[in-house]
Amino acid sequence: MSIALSVILTAIVALLGLALAFGTLLGFASVRFKVEGNPIVDEIDSILPQTQCGQCGHPGCRPYAEGIAAGEDINKCPPGGEATIQALADLLDVEATPLDAEHGEEKGKMVAVIREPECIGCTKCIQACPIDAILGSAKHMHTVIASECTGCDLCVEPCPVDCIDMVPVDQGISSWHWNSPKDMKIIATDKAASIDNEGAIH
Amino acid sequence: MTTAQASKIIASTRELADFHGGIHPQEMKSLSNQTPISKAALPPQLILPLQQHIGNASKVIVEVGQQVLKGQILAEADGFVSVNLHAPTSGRIESISEHAIAHPSGQSDLCLTLTPDGQDQWCTLNSSEDVTQLSAFEIQTKVRQAGIAGMGGAGFPTDIKLQPPKHANIDTLILNAAECEPYITSDDRLLRERADEVVAGLNIVSSVLQTTTCLIGIEDNKPEAIAALKTATQDSNIEICVIPTKYPSGGEKQLIKILTGKEVPNGKIPADIGVVCQNVGTVAAIYRAVRFGEPLISRITTLTGLQIQQRGNVEVLLGTPINWLLSQYGYQAAKRERLIMGGPMMGFTLTETDIPVVKTTNCILAPNETELPLAPPAQACIRCGLCADACPAELLPQQLYWFARGQEYEKAEHHNLFDCIECGACSFVCPSSIPLVQYYRHAKGEIKQQRADQQKSDQARVRFEARQQRLENEQAEKAAKRKARAEAAAKAQAAKKLAESQEIVIDSAKTDSKQADLIQENQNNQSKAAVEVLDLSELKTAWDKAQSKLDKMYDALDAAKENNPEQVTKLSRAVEKNQMRVNQTKQAWLKASAKTESETSTAVITATESETKAESRSTSDANIKPDLAALETAYDKADSKLAKLENALANAAPEQVEKLTRAVNKNKDRVASAKAELETAQAALSRTDNNAMPEPPVEPVIEIDIPALQLAFEKADSKLAKLENALANAKPEQVEKLTRAVNKNKDRVKAAQDELEQARLNAAASTTTPVNDSGT
Repeated sequence: MSIALSVILTAIVALLGLALAFGTLLGFASVRFKVEGNPIVDEIDSILPQTQCGQCGHPGCRPYAEGIAAGEDINKCPPGGEATIQALADLLDVEATPLDAEHGEEKGKMVAVIREPECIGCTKCIQACPIDAILGSAKHMHTVIASECTGCDLCVEPCPVDCIDMVPVDQGISSWHWNSPKDMKIIATDKAASIDNEGAIH
Repeated sequence: MTTAQASKIIASTRELADFHGGIHPQEMKSLSNQTPISKAALPPQLILPLQQHIGNASKVIVEVGQQVLKGQILAEADGFVSVNLHAPTSGRIESISEHAIAHPSGQSDLCLTLTPDGQDQWCTLNSSEDVTQLSAFEIQTKVRQAGIAGMGGAGFPTDIKLQPPKHANIDTLILNAAECEPYITSDDRLLRERADEVVAGLNIVSSVLQTTTCLIGIEDNKPEAIAALKTATQDSNIEICVIPTKYPSGGEKQLIKILTGKEVPNGKIPADIGVVCQNVGTVAAIYRAVRFGEPLISRITTLTGLQIQQRGNVEVLLGTPINWLLSQYGYQAAKRERLIMGGPMMGFTLTETDIPVVKTTNCILAPNETELPLAPPAQACIRCGLCADACPAELLPQQLYWFARGQEYEKAEHHNLFDCIECGACSFVCPSSIPLVQYYRHAKGEIKQQRADQQKSDQARVRFEARQQRLENEQAEKAAKRKARAEAAAKAQAAKKLAESQEIVIDSAKTDSKQADLIQENQNNQSKAAVEVLDLSELKTAWDKAQSKLDKMYDALDAAKENNPEQVTKLSRAVEKNQMRVNQTKQAWLKASAKTESETSTAVITATESETKAESRSTSDANIKPDLAALETAYDKADSKLAKLENALANAAPEQVEKLTRAVNKNKDRVASAKAELETAQAALSRTDNNAMPEPPVEPVIEIDIPALQLAFEKADSKLAKLENALANAKPEQVEKLTRAVNKNKDRVKAAQDELEQARLNAAASTTTPVNDSGT
């Protein structure tokens, strides 16, 4: 009887000891290796296009990343478009949904251009630019640093003389790359016929 | 001469390795290598693209309408990875404008247009008789000046290849004479006719790079060129390595593998394994640049394909329009015109025909439909694996195809897509004629695009975060400034209070000494009091003045609030300052009046001892009453100011609320203190009045005088005790006031005690008085 009791006691003591040891270890680890912030937010943020346009309803890409991390829909980013939605879906292991039209539609890359003779130097666009890509000072002409502009469109609204245009980015010869070949047609003779027709029509 | 014979002529001792895969397409070289190099005529116009090389476009340094000489620099290298552009002949700059260029996209780019004047007049050239005397640096400079870019097809600036990175230990120089692509024979013809120039150029490069081994890799299908090279290299240690014909042995990495057995690692350049490769045409251009100072203004181009009648190699000025050139050599456009720049494997179809010959144009191919038919429509991949067998880079083309087609670019990258040299061997062997290389090119472009986008978005993120940080910092700075200002004001206030309390200590000390004086010199008392009164009135005037100015400022502030919002802050600051001044003057006045009061009361006390009680009473009455009135006015004023301030606070702008609240609190304190003072004074007055009232009929009511006095004494005593108690528990800022009150009360208690004793003595003296039991 007493032997059985001592065995039980030993087991309890041993288990308690182990629990205490591992508890201490875990407690130490949770303090020592604490990760600041939410790493998933960083990952989401790096996928978002960083136009800081606010079309998603958040004041910038990072707040939207935080929103997504908190369970918001992933289809609110028109500048990123389908590619961003796909990347987010892959990252978060959720289903890719089509872009929510409520927040705008996917457009090509744009860049803001100030019609400089019309600029009155009010600095309103400078204050609106989320990435400081507009140069100028009060009562002097402003200009957009095209290489920094994300095409977010936020400077267009505040301009009192409407001298800012959003123009498509010039896809110069240096940024050109080969197109993907047209997808194959299974029956070769169909393809040949279609080429002839195309040639005749165009 | 057959291939076998050629191999017999040169028995290289070098053990040759082999690269994986490769193909054997129909060579078609005999179409163009039978005739000697001809010289193309001077075209009516030369079109010179500013970018004919890898790197930055050259920077134009001539003007439209300017007359230029042959060999003159028209556009300078812009940056390290860039080259100069020279005038191929003398003439006039017609325009600087967009023009279609040799590019697979068919897009336009900035070009100089030169109209030759037919004189073909050279500018002065810097020739060197003995090239062995030149230092490496001089040779590099000459090559850079001459604007030479790799002429094999890539167009990498040659001078950069002559200054390899410091850490690279270059020991092997390879002349790439393999010319493995079908149809192209420009290197073959060049070697046959000008092998000595090529070898001299090779020696120059070798001397610059100080290489120990110098190899020439040449395919065994060019026996004449091999023979010419053999003659030219007789006295040198250049080793000619004849390699078996196999496409793409002319690929840089493949040739290095064959000749040295070494492989260029992924993402590295040949210089990292101690090897530099040069093209035949480039080496010849280096020789002409170093020996004669001639810049790169012409090149040898193969005109071939069955649509051209006079096929062969032609030395053509850079900028010659291709359609004009072809028309000189009997080109007949086919029904479905197809012109290819480069070879059939790696070249690209031209969309325009008026594009110019550039530094990298090694071949213009005009095939007819039977000799080079269009690729049949692609069919499904049957997973035969022939592409993997053919791939010279040992990749898995099938896998890459799936990934590229499914836009799984990350996976494609993991399968080393960027090691693909785009040789087209996989497409060539594909039984389903899938345009594999096109998929890879597209995938590479997409990946590069994505990288560029990622970089841009990272940059945007950094800028966005920097801006957020900046805005936050500005906000914090403003808040800190505001806080510092408030703290400074509080400190100033505290310092003032401290100074005042010190003054009071001094004053009380003075008062003490004065008291002593007064006891001795009773007579001087009156005159001194007069002086004090004068001081007092002066202070009062100062205070009034300050107060009126403050009131005026309040009016101005109110007006400004309505009309001129940006001056409100300035005015409110001014008001604050004035208020401080008012307070100062007020404090000074109050202090002075308090001093006078205490002095006078001391005087009264001393007077009581020497003079009659009645007199003393009247004096004290006279002194206390105006004091009371003054205190009342002070209290009223403070109260009204507080009301005004509270009103202002109610209407204030949010940024002023804090300031005003502070002012209101200060004023509340002031009002409370004024009230307290007033009450003390009133109490004192009423007490003196009470004391005074029953006293005038001194003699008749002596009986009730003693108990009354006793009562007054007890009252005064208890009040003193209370005050002392309060003093012990008092806050630091109240100590001063309370001390004064305690002192005052002590005096009063003493006076009451004196009076009581006096009365008792009087009572004892008058023995007739029957009632004295109630008093004791």
